[in-house]
Amino acid sequence: MNADFTADDIAFQVEVKEFLEKEFPNAYRKKIDARQRLTKDEIVDWQKILFRKGWVAPNWPKEYGGTGWSATQKYIFSTEMGLVGAPEPVPFGMTMVAPVIMAYGTDEQKKRFLPDILESNVWWCQGYSEPNSGSDLASLKTSAVRDGDHYVVNGSKTWNTYGQHADWIFCLVRTDNTVKKQEGISFLLINMKSPGITLKPIVLLDGHPEVNEVFFDEVRVPVDNLIGEENKGWTYAKVLLTHERTNIAGVPRGKRRLGSLKRQAAETDDGFGGTMADNPNFKRKLAEAEIELLALEYSELRTLAALTVGKAPGPESSILKIVGTELAQSMDEMLVELAGYGCLPFLPEQYEEGFDGEIFGPGNSASAALTYFNNRKLSIFGGSNEIQRNIISKAVLGL
Amino acid sequence: MDFSQTEEQQMLQESVQQFVRKSYDFDTRNSIVSTEEGYSAEFWKLFAELGWLTVPFSEADGGFGDSAVDLTVLMDEFGKALLVEPYLATVVLGGGLIAALADEKIKREFLPQIMSGDLQLSLASAEHGGRYNPLRVATTAQTDGDKIILDGVKTAVLNGINASYVLVTARESGEVSAEDGISVFLVPTKSAGVSIHGFTTIDGRSSSEVKLEAVSVDASARLGLSGKAAEALVLVNEKATLACAAEALGALESMLHKTVEYSKTRKQFGTSIGTFQALQHRMADMFIQCQLARSIVIRAAMKIDSSESTVEKAKAVSAAKSRIGYAIKAVGQEAIQIHGGIAMTEELDVGHLFRRVTALDIMFGDADYHTERYASLL
Repeated sequence: MNADFTADDIAFQVEVKEFLEKEFPNAYRKKIDARQRLTKDEIVDWQKILFRKGWVAPNWPKEYGGTGWSATQKYIFSTEMGLVGAPEPVPFGMTMVAPVIMAYGTDEQKKRFLPDILESNVWWCQGYSEPNSGSDLASLKTSAVRDGDHYVVNGSKTWNTYGQHADWIFCLVRTDNTVKKQEGISFLLINMKSPGITLKPIVLLDGHPEVNEVFFDEVRVPVDNLIGEENKGWTYAKVLLTHERTNIAGVPRGKRRLGSLKRQAAETDDGFGGTMADNPNFKRKLAEAEIELLALEYSELRTLAALTVGKAPGPESSILKIVGTELAQSMDEMLVELAGYGCLPFLPEQYEEGFDGEIFGPGNSASAALTYFNNRKLSIFGGSNEIQRNIISKAVLGL
Repeated sequence: MDFSQTEEQQMLQESVQQFVRKSYDFDTRNSIVSTEEGYSAEFWKLFAELGWLTVPFSEADGGFGDSAVDLTVLMDEFGKALLVEPYLATVVLGGGLIAALADEKIKREFLPQIMSGDLQLSLASAEHGGRYNPLRVATTAQTDGDKIILDGVKTAVLNGINASYVLVTARESGEVSAEDGISVFLVPTKSAGVSIHGFTTIDGRSSSEVKLEAVSVDASARLGLSGKAAEALVLVNEKATLACAAEALGALESMLHKTVEYSKTRKQFGTSIGTFQALQHRMADMFIQCQLARSIVIRAAMKIDSSESTVEKAKAVSAAKSRIGYAIKAVGQEAIQIHGGIAMTEELDVGHLFRRVTALDIMFGDADYHTERYASLL
């Protein structure tokens, strides 16, 4: 038993490091280190850099423009990206809708949609959850009624991330009311410019309208935009949900954050002449977080090792989601603890370029509480941690 | 032994509940937050009429009796209603320090104005290097003839932009963390050299950063004896800490109540989510946390009102703030999680309660700070 990479993998790791060092724009690196949001244009620009290198879609098959990497290489790439804070491509197109189109779309649909996703010419968003259908997604009510060559869509979707940037939305819609709830759902691609679509921004606790409610009022969608068979959408969606759960452990990001917590502790006065880096309670918390991160990292590596010998990602990925999100949330608490009074000013604008307001306290003090608030979503979205525990108890433990 | 409320305490509680029912719904509260002052001057006058502003003052000073238990009754209700008016800054901190330190002349001038709702105050105590230690004071006070010159930077100064006077803790002598040498000065906020940078906090309050640059005040602005303010400062700090704990308690019970109600109405998988045992147990745990927090807050209030030593009082307050800090995380986070995404939005009051309790956890020291303080007093 060993946890070593092969010589080839190590050579690949060096190549990735060198690429990121050279090609990940310094301006973006600085913004990310200062916890500022990249604009839509900057995100697209970075994805196009990855595209030109041929590395934008590690999970795609080579025939569609993927990398053909092994599971280990994908892991190395995503780890190195995370360690320098380089954002992964926005998932909605690249890792959520594209695999469904590849698996169930027609050749014509593949030609029509996949190249633009790969080149980041088109921004996608997700239309899954509804106000009354969260964890129980299959109870969704947004309806699509066939009318000649079109579906007419009515209803609303919520928790739609960055729909304000989106050109297209992939939706689960109800096409049959008379059967079991999972059997009357279809998978539909809808142009966001279609008449009848309106967006209502939802401001979250950090003051940022990160998500939207999307309303569909008599929206006409060509039947050509249906993926696969009518009423089979739930099966396709489940494939997508599995994809959503991979890479969610966030180990590299956790390592970055832990490093930043240690630096900030050394800059934070303890009120008695020392710093929080010497505070035994805080040191213990740092140690506990680091230990948890190691356990998580090796759990991820074990899952990876299973993948490399051809096993499919199983419900074990639920472990990575639960532990990864809860660990991230515990680091948010530590950040708030260090920031103290420094995190009380409510400054949502600090994340935007050109912010020139005053920050009281060291490092990322001012963003601590907002980060803490926003990251409560981690245990709610992507299949809530309750749903993940259900998966473990049913699918793993057989209860 | 009797843990029931006195008739006066019940009346106090009911008067807040009645006011909130009638005049202080969530939308009203939010529109107050969005004003420049961040509080309603009209309601403040009403609070005076209702007698709330007299609670933490002794009968000798014209107050309601200065009972910490009374104060927790009030703060508990304020917490439930997410009330944003500057009670802590003006009455508990500002008024409390004047009552504890000032001579009769200043008391007679200021305390009636506070209780009648005509005066807003602010306490500038916390400093960047001091974290939660009120006795680590780097701000200096230097005597220059019959004047005193103040220099320093203060942070987390609640109600600074609304206050007519800011009470400033400053060092006249001694090392930066020495107990001896700290005085409190009553400084008109319009004085030359005082700059107040106001901001809204994560929980919708008005706070500020205050810079004092060669601020010149008369020696008469010093409350009490030169360099001898530490004891009063600590005692007022204990009361403010307890007030925050009591307010958090009300907010947490409100979050528990809202979560339980929501779980009864939110339907997923064909049933209300409150029927799931996994969630029932977690709500039972939230209830347990609220009960333990209530017990230890009551205990701390009774200790403050007792004739026990300052050390015992300090331990009781730190025990309460430490325990409530733990409950804030446990109950607050579960309330969000059980509600799901909807509690992540600004539309629902649960998220605002969460933001408030997060701030209350920090104010005057978080759970770890107070656990360590308790340990140091063992």
